Amino acid sequence: MKDRIDLLKSSFEEKLLSAGGKDDLEAIRIEYLGKKGHVASLMAGLRDAADKKTAGMLINIFKNEVEGAITKRQEELRQAELEAKIRSAKKYNPSLRFERELGSYHPITLATREVEEAFRTMGFTIEDYSEVVTDYECFESLNIPKHHPARDMQDTYYLDNGQLLKTQTSAAQNAIMKKYGAPLRAIFPGRCFRNESTDACHENTFFQMEGMMIDEDISISNLIYFMKTMLSEVFKRDIKVRLRPGFFPFVEPGFELDISCLICGGEGCPSCKGEGWLELCPCGMIHPNVLREGGIDTDKYTGFAFGLGLTRLAMMKYGIKDIRDFNSGDLKALSQFKSI
Amino acid sequence: MLLSMNWISDFVDLSGLDKVALIKNFTLSTAEVEDIIVKGEDTYGVIAAKIVSVENHPNSKKLHLLKVDTGSGVIDVVCGAPNVREGMHVALATEGGSVSGNKIGAATIAGYASHGMCCSEAELGISDDNSGIIDLDETIPLGTDLKTVYDIDDIIFEVDNKSLTNRPDLWGHYGIAREFSTITGRALKAPRVLDTEAFSTLPEVALSVKATDLVWRYTAIKVENITRKVSPVNMRIRLYYCGSRAINLLADLTNYVMLELGQPMHAFDLARVDKIEVQTFDKPFTFTTLDGIERKMDDTMLMITSGDEPVAIAGVMGGDSSKIEDTTTSLLLESATFDGVSVRKTTTKLGLRTDASMRYEKMLDPELCRFATERLLSLLLECDGGVRVISAFTDCYVKRYPKIELEFDKAYVDRYTGIDIPTETITTTLNGLGFGVDVKGESFKVTVPSFRATKDVTIKADVIEEISRIYGYDNFDVRTSVSPIYPVREQTQKSYEDRMKDVLVASYRMHEVHSYIWSDTAKDKELNIKTPEGVRIINAQTPDHQYIRVSMIPTLLSFAKSNRAYAQEFGIFEIGHTVDGLLENGLCNERKKLGAVLFSRVSCEEALFKKALSTVEELFSDVLHKSPEYRASLGRFGFEHPMNTYEILLDGKAVGFIAPAHPEVCSAVDKKCAVVFFEIDTGLVSLIEKERTVYQAPSKFPEIDIDLTFRVTLAEVNFPALTKLAGECAGELLRSVAVQDIYETDDGCSLTLRFTFASDERTLSKGELEPITREITERFDTLGVKFNA
Repeated sequence: MKDRIDLLKSSFEEKLLSAGGKDDLEAIRIEYLGKKGHVASLMAGLRDAADKKTAGMLINIFKNEVEGAITKRQEELRQAELEAKIRSAKKYNPSLRFERELGSYHPITLATREVEEAFRTMGFTIEDYSEVVTDYECFESLNIPKHHPARDMQDTYYLDNGQLLKTQTSAAQNAIMKKYGAPLRAIFPGRCFRNESTDACHENTFFQMEGMMIDEDISISNLIYFMKTMLSEVFKRDIKVRLRPGFFPFVEPGFELDISCLICGGEGCPSCKGEGWLELCPCGMIHPNVLREGGIDTDKYTGFAFGLGLTRLAMMKYGIKDIRDFNSGDLKALSQFKSI
Repeated sequence: MLLSMNWISDFVDLSGLDKVALIKNFTLSTAEVEDIIVKGEDTYGVIAAKIVSVENHPNSKKLHLLKVDTGSGVIDVVCGAPNVREGMHVALATEGGSVSGNKIGAATIAGYASHGMCCSEAELGISDDNSGIIDLDETIPLGTDLKTVYDIDDIIFEVDNKSLTNRPDLWGHYGIAREFSTITGRALKAPRVLDTEAFSTLPEVALSVKATDLVWRYTAIKVENITRKVSPVNMRIRLYYCGSRAINLLADLTNYVMLELGQPMHAFDLARVDKIEVQTFDKPFTFTTLDGIERKMDDTMLMITSGDEPVAIAGVMGGDSSKIEDTTTSLLLESATFDGVSVRKTTTKLGLRTDASMRYEKMLDPELCRFATERLLSLLLECDGGVRVISAFTDCYVKRYPKIELEFDKAYVDRYTGIDIPTETITTTLNGLGFGVDVKGESFKVTVPSFRATKDVTIKADVIEEISRIYGYDNFDVRTSVSPIYPVREQTQKSYEDRMKDVLVASYRMHEVHSYIWSDTAKDKELNIKTPEGVRIINAQTPDHQYIRVSMIPTLLSFAKSNRAYAQEFGIFEIGHTVDGLLENGLCNERKKLGAVLFSRVSCEEALFKKALSTVEELFSDVLHKSPEYRASLGRFGFEHPMNTYEILLDGKAVGFIAPAHPEVCSAVDKKCAVVFFEIDTGLVSLIEKERTVYQAPSKFPEIDIDLTFRVTLAEVNFPALTKLAGECAGELLRSVAVQDIYETDDGCSLTLRFTFASDERTLSKGELEPITREITERFDTLGVKFNA
């Protein structure tokens, strides 16, 4: 029996070595392990064997060897095949660029969203407001008396129904105070209009963003704190602020707020004319007359308001030199602003 | 406004302080300083000298060879000035010196050595007079450094006029000095004046104010025996440094007092005016101002008249006929307070803004009139000792501002500032600024000085500003407020608009643009669009921009045209404001709208229309989870294609429209292109209820798709009606109906619809659906949609 097995073993090893593919391997498997294969016939010959136990053990060892060798060979072949497939695959080139048109946002939308997001996280409601307003909204409710120069024809676009195009986002203050009452935290970005001739630095149509915070005992000290915090959030860095007196009829006291220069950080550079400060936004404690006109109890509440020049902010942010680019509709300019 | 530190130092001793730092501090405490100019820095080594002899230069007609006595020797100087003469005292820039930055050294001019330079006023930078060299006062000892007698050194700073709008008291050096006095804590010194009480026994000036509504106060006084014509050099230097040109002594003095106290004054030649009246005329007339320009006047403009002859536009400019000339020896001096609004209206109408009118516009303090007159007289007598006052100070005080007293306590200041400013600091600050302060414990009673009481300081909060700005905002302790939290209010329309922008940019690769709120009639015309004539701007910069846009589409079409070389196909959009007529209450019906224009030179119009449709569907599916319906329309504006304009409906309400451009418009955009646009009223959309997502567990049983093809006239197919009808036939087994294919040939159109069926309880068989599909085809037939077996 052992001789028979040895003979079969050597012939098996020869055949296995010469097997080139899955089909050859399957033929070998059937020849040795199939129902009528060599192992089966060995098992059949067991009845006549002298030492059945030893013979049986030998057959089993042989069977296991055959099985193991076939499985191992199968895996080798599979690996070889996979490697051949990988090697023959087509090689790609990611460096080749095709023209692909992407959409774009208007830069004002992007600048506005960034600022809105900063304020939203601090609990400010974002309000939208009309562009056509009344004299009351734009001036009277804001403590701007009848003869104030801001009402002159040369500054304000008047409509034939007696309304006007808002000259400042503050025009929404009164309505928003009346809508929500105090306490109140709101920002309201919007488009403003001034009747003046345009050049690279001046536009008759531009965006501002007004903000208000009204609560019990809001103070100048709070105003400085909030402006610093909010502007640091808007510019995504720690900035210094300073207040200077500034006159606006709807605030008292009124301030011009400067921020430490974004380019030099306050050291002084050409873009801040060596001063280290950039004039950024007018602000102030809301004038008691304005609060009262908005239906707010001035004994209980105080508040501050500020106005950010969004158009100017977008110009600073993107390095846009000519303000007229915003309303040009020129896609060569505008299509560059892909996303936030 | 230009301000001189020398001048300010007349009223507050700033010695030992860093003046430039002080000026910078002024920005933080009072008003924005725009520029600081150091005068005289680059001029030195200029002395008083005397020309001993003058010889003609042999090789030049212009040049002279001078021998000049410097007080310590005689030197050679070559000089080109036309007014040189022997014995003349001159300002000599010596070797090693500098004149306005030009270094003076020994030089050879046209072959002759020169060791110095005789200077003109312009060369020294103290006036614009370059007509000749300075004819120096002979009493100045030779060799004297000119800077010790002339105020060439000064620091001038410029304050933004706009930042002084609310501060009439800061339109003169004295008021500015008061700020410096408070900032530095140094005393304020009053200017010298001549008490006019002394002349009260003299006859009054014949004077009457008729237009009492436009005048607060009018005062006048007469002066004679004026002999001096030219102002002292240092006065002229100050005027020049502060942007005013020296003219003659009297004109210079009125300017000087105005720049010093902020009170405009006018000097009439007494020989040329008689009885002074202040009035308006009931008819238009012409008037020649002292600059020689004839101006058209109207019945609102306040005039000063001599009898009934106009001699000055009140608060703006004097007249040519009564102006001070070199021959003037006596004058009538006006010091008045006119109504600021009236002055501003007059200057606006005339297009004539003067230093005087700018000050009047700010609401001057009538109390200044007498002070200014007395100051001017004092200065005049200092310059011209023989002058005689020949009338009483004649005062027509028409109206007075009420005295303002404000009461508050320290708690109010603490609450408003958020910090603790000591009572003493509050008192010192307010006193320094001219306020009367009566403190009892922590209560303040504050009297506003007349020069702050014309409109600037009227309420308690105004006083807070005075206290806190002088305290210094940089010194504030900065802290957060204690506020309760509450939720941020939802803004549906705005959030929809933001979503819509995202969909259009990210999913449809469109470009957002911005345009003006007004229509552009000229550009509309180029596009064969008749500009909708809605609400009008009455003061538009051009008639082409007078109408507020009713629709977003025309400007977008003109952008499509101007961008047609940008790409073969692109889409642009804008969310903006339009005005669609007036509401019942007379206010504008302002509508916020999304306008979008699709342009293509490669796609056909129908393909573009489908793309626009799918865009619209996506927008509504995104914000409302709803699909729109469409209703054929002829178009409202005329720029739409009349055959294919559709109103966009949501829940049966029209929220916008979609259309290809009218062929005339389309070809004006580009000869070979397709243009489709849509417009959606975002305000209306925000009112539509959002479809809530109702979850359905997925059916365990397979869906069955059945495609049915019909012969149709495509434009007449009412798809929503068909869907509804199919639903009626199939009940809840029908899950969806969608267009699967459209096949158009010359003899008609085949429309294949896919009906998807499913049941939650069982697997459906085609057999059991057969009666349902048969019913669908039969019912469709009645609508002209024939089943194509």
